[in-house]
Amino acid sequence: MLNDFLLLMKAELVLAFILFLLLILKVGKEITNERLLALIQLLLLGNFIFGFFFIENGSLFGGMFTTNGLIAFQKSIISLGIYLISLLFSDWLKKSEHLPEFFILLLSAVLGMFFLISSGNLLMFYLSLELATIPVAAMANFDLDKKISSEASMKMILSSALSSGVLLFGISLIYGATGTISFDQIPALLDGNGLQILAFVFLFTAFAFKLSIVPFHLWTADVYEGSPIAVTSFLSVISKGAITFILLTTLYKVFAPIHDLWYNMVMLLSVITMVVGNLFALRQQNIKRFLAFSSIAQVGFILLGISSHSMEGTSSVVYFVLIYVFSNLAAFGVAGAISQTAGKERIEDYKGLYQTNPLISWVLALSLFSLAGIPPTAGFFGKLFLITAGASKGNYFFITVAALNMIISLYYYLRIVRAVFMDTNPQPIPKINLDPATKLGMIICGAGIIFIGLLSWVYDYITTLSL
Amino acid sequence: MNLTLLILLPLLTAVVILLMRSGVQVKWSAFIGASAQFILALILFFAFRKERALGNEAQMLFELQYKWFPSWHISFHLGVDGISVAMILLTAFVVIAGVLVSWNVEKMTKEFYLLLILLSLGAYGFFISLDLFILFFFLEIAVIPKYLLIGIWGSGKKDYAANKLALMLMGGSALVLVGLLGLYFGGTENTFDLLLLSKMQIPVLVQKICFPLLFVGFGVFTALFPFHTWVPDGHSSAPTAGSMFLAGISMKLGGYGCLRVATYLLPEGAREYANIIIVLSAIAILYGAFATMMQKDLKYINAYSSVSHCGFVLLGIGMLTKTAIAGAVMQMVSHGLMTALFFAVIGMIYERTHTREVNEMGGLIKVMPFITTVLFIVGLCSLGLPGLSGFVAEMTVFMGAWQNPDPFHRVATIAACMSIVVTAVYILRAIGQTAMGPISERYLSLQDARWNEKLAAIILIAGIIAIGITPFWLNDLVTPAADIIMQKVAGK
Repeated sequence: MLNDFLLLMKAELVLAFILFLLLILKVGKEITNERLLALIQLLLLGNFIFGFFFIENGSLFGGMFTTNGLIAFQKSIISLGIYLISLLFSDWLKKSEHLPEFFILLLSAVLGMFFLISSGNLLMFYLSLELATIPVAAMANFDLDKKISSEASMKMILSSALSSGVLLFGISLIYGATGTISFDQIPALLDGNGLQILAFVFLFTAFAFKLSIVPFHLWTADVYEGSPIAVTSFLSVISKGAITFILLTTLYKVFAPIHDLWYNMVMLLSVITMVVGNLFALRQQNIKRFLAFSSIAQVGFILLGISSHSMEGTSSVVYFVLIYVFSNLAAFGVAGAISQTAGKERIEDYKGLYQTNPLISWVLALSLFSLAGIPPTAGFFGKLFLITAGASKGNYFFITVAALNMIISLYYYLRIVRAVFMDTNPQPIPKINLDPATKLGMIICGAGIIFIGLLSWVYDYITTLSL
Repeated sequence: MNLTLLILLPLLTAVVILLMRSGVQVKWSAFIGASAQFILALILFFAFRKERALGNEAQMLFELQYKWFPSWHISFHLGVDGISVAMILLTAFVVIAGVLVSWNVEKMTKEFYLLLILLSLGAYGFFISLDLFILFFFLEIAVIPKYLLIGIWGSGKKDYAANKLALMLMGGSALVLVGLLGLYFGGTENTFDLLLLSKMQIPVLVQKICFPLLFVGFGVFTALFPFHTWVPDGHSSAPTAGSMFLAGISMKLGGYGCLRVATYLLPEGAREYANIIIVLSAIAILYGAFATMMQKDLKYINAYSSVSHCGFVLLGIGMLTKTAIAGAVMQMVSHGLMTALFFAVIGMIYERTHTREVNEMGGLIKVMPFITTVLFIVGLCSLGLPGLSGFVAEMTVFMGAWQNPDPFHRVATIAACMSIVVTAVYILRAIGQTAMGPISERYLSLQDARWNEKLAAIILIAGIIAIGITPFWLNDLVTPAADIIMQKVAGK
């Protein structure tokens, strides 16, 4: 039993260990931010690498906690994401007065996400979702001297409280309709009657809030704009990734029997999300708001893949999230470096960036091309597989709309590319001296964007996991 | 002959260019890379002929297949037939000429050559792929380099033109994507493999839905009316080499796709929509020709005449006879060489006179005999003078078109034929105003072509004349492949 416990929960245990280590360091003797950050980066790298060892299948606590190869891989994606965040924003983190607290909050949220992905029970699911949300709201307030940051935090608390309420209501309805909250037992008891559908709708609404699916997306842009960029990137990449994974489990495992009922809904929401996200992104001037809306559009594509309800759906969604981690974090990393040194966050400030900062410009361009789905970047493969998975049910009208959405998104991604490469600026952003850790993070992201797609074994590996 | 070399060589060139420091090193490495591509294409051509002469009758030669995303039934499947070899030869000719004429690009030289080489990579990959997924992959690879080439090094309203081009081509590829997905799921087995799909019975309904998607999608690339509007803006705003690549190579991607993917894989669809294609391409031919008459800017003249000439490609495909399809492919090669040369000459003239307005020029033959001679050759090729490639290609299309005996095809053919008269009018007028007449004082000090420009022009003229005087080799190369496509369309 103890052996099982240690092995199956090893990812969570390692994370908890790092968390307590940070707490001890915090109360212990003074240590400079540089050294502490280097230590944290090392620990997070260790955590990421450790994620690939001792992978076991099994469940604990009467099915409340389950794990298998795919779940372990999903956790590795998240570990990779937080490692990249610790690298990319090291300039900002070093200057922060509360570095240990930041990572304590961040790791608590990630711990919540790990339990979330592993949860096999609606109660566990709810608890871990709260653990994954509340620390993030505190993190959103991390620019302590900025009013807009507190506003972001407040908006985030309110919207997540609302979605938690909706979620709890949904859970109680499911319990009422089926008499169980275990993921293993619910499917057999689903027959698609009215109460169950109502329960499903409430449950899905909570997901929609967290994933900012249209029409539950209104909190996103304000929160993203107000939070520090490191937190924004965490919210839009890591949080969304984790929620996507559990949505995948919930829809494919728990609600598989009523697939016919949710298929059309998910497909429709996917297309609406894409269109609205894209149309709003067209007019944004602030890079953070811009990335917020573009991430809404990306979620639309994820939903398209999910709607297929097939093994291809699982693997292409996980694959896309992996690619999304690299591409979006690279874009946020560049935005963070520029905002940190030059204090500029508007797209028009990026004019002429290529003249002064070629490396950053190429990283930004690569990440934008990947987000837009242009070959040879990984985003092309990710998006294409999502669309192909979505097309397997033959709903060509929606598929065409999705494909046409790629044109709209290309337009606004090219807007930034044009500003960076083509436009001239009398006062371009000065040459930025990147921290070596930031540079490393950008190089990892760039390499990931180029090679994850071209090397097909990454996808094959995910496919074997999702069998 | 290993076909992956055609992809690896541009890739290697791109890496070498990235490592170079000075502009001169970049230029020379690009030139060496382009020459190597040129030699490789010639080797491929002769190896292909040798295999055929030895009696190898396989549909595709030099086939290669590597595993790539097996769970989606995708494989890195390469192979060439006569049509692909012809297109690869064309690409190699245009690439080397394009590299040569941009010798004096001073702004961001490294990036410029890098993008040119990436564009050629996309084109080679597109022409040799036998898997629709990688075909699409290479088709889209080429979009962003075009956007950046126009946006950074272009002139005039370059922002508008670059955006229009990128978005329209992306729209075309979106339609192609949906069509390809229809093929993937529509057949008896899920696959992207071109040869497997060609042997499959694809349901008629799927064919009728997918054919317009694929044909219009690829058609956007090759200026199918009414989706041709990116052509004049894009071509006239692009830098010289950019225009050459756009008109010489990029527009041919579309024609090749229409033929190889849409028509070959979906014969029922092709028969169903052939008349619409004919009408649209006849409109494009006539509209392009008449629109050219009104142009005063040399680049716009060539851009609109490209719309007209590319109409012949689509007309040949729509006529659905073996000769007409072979003619369409020959027209692609001929127009690629001719239009690349035309843009090269326009670039040379513009660099010296700093104007592209026909009215402001005159008598240039007195100061730059070489450049104006090239202009004469390319103009005569464009209006279809026997002995040059344009005549051979258009004649073949007309002959093939005439094989359809019914009045509809006859009328369309005659209408298309009439455009040749219009072409003669605008070409002769443009050349006459540019080269003849009294010369303005400010042009008296202009220099004739430099070595690199001469070399580029000679390479392209050699191609044009080789097709014009001895068309048999191109015909022999293309016709068997066209025959295979035609047999499938005829349902044999």
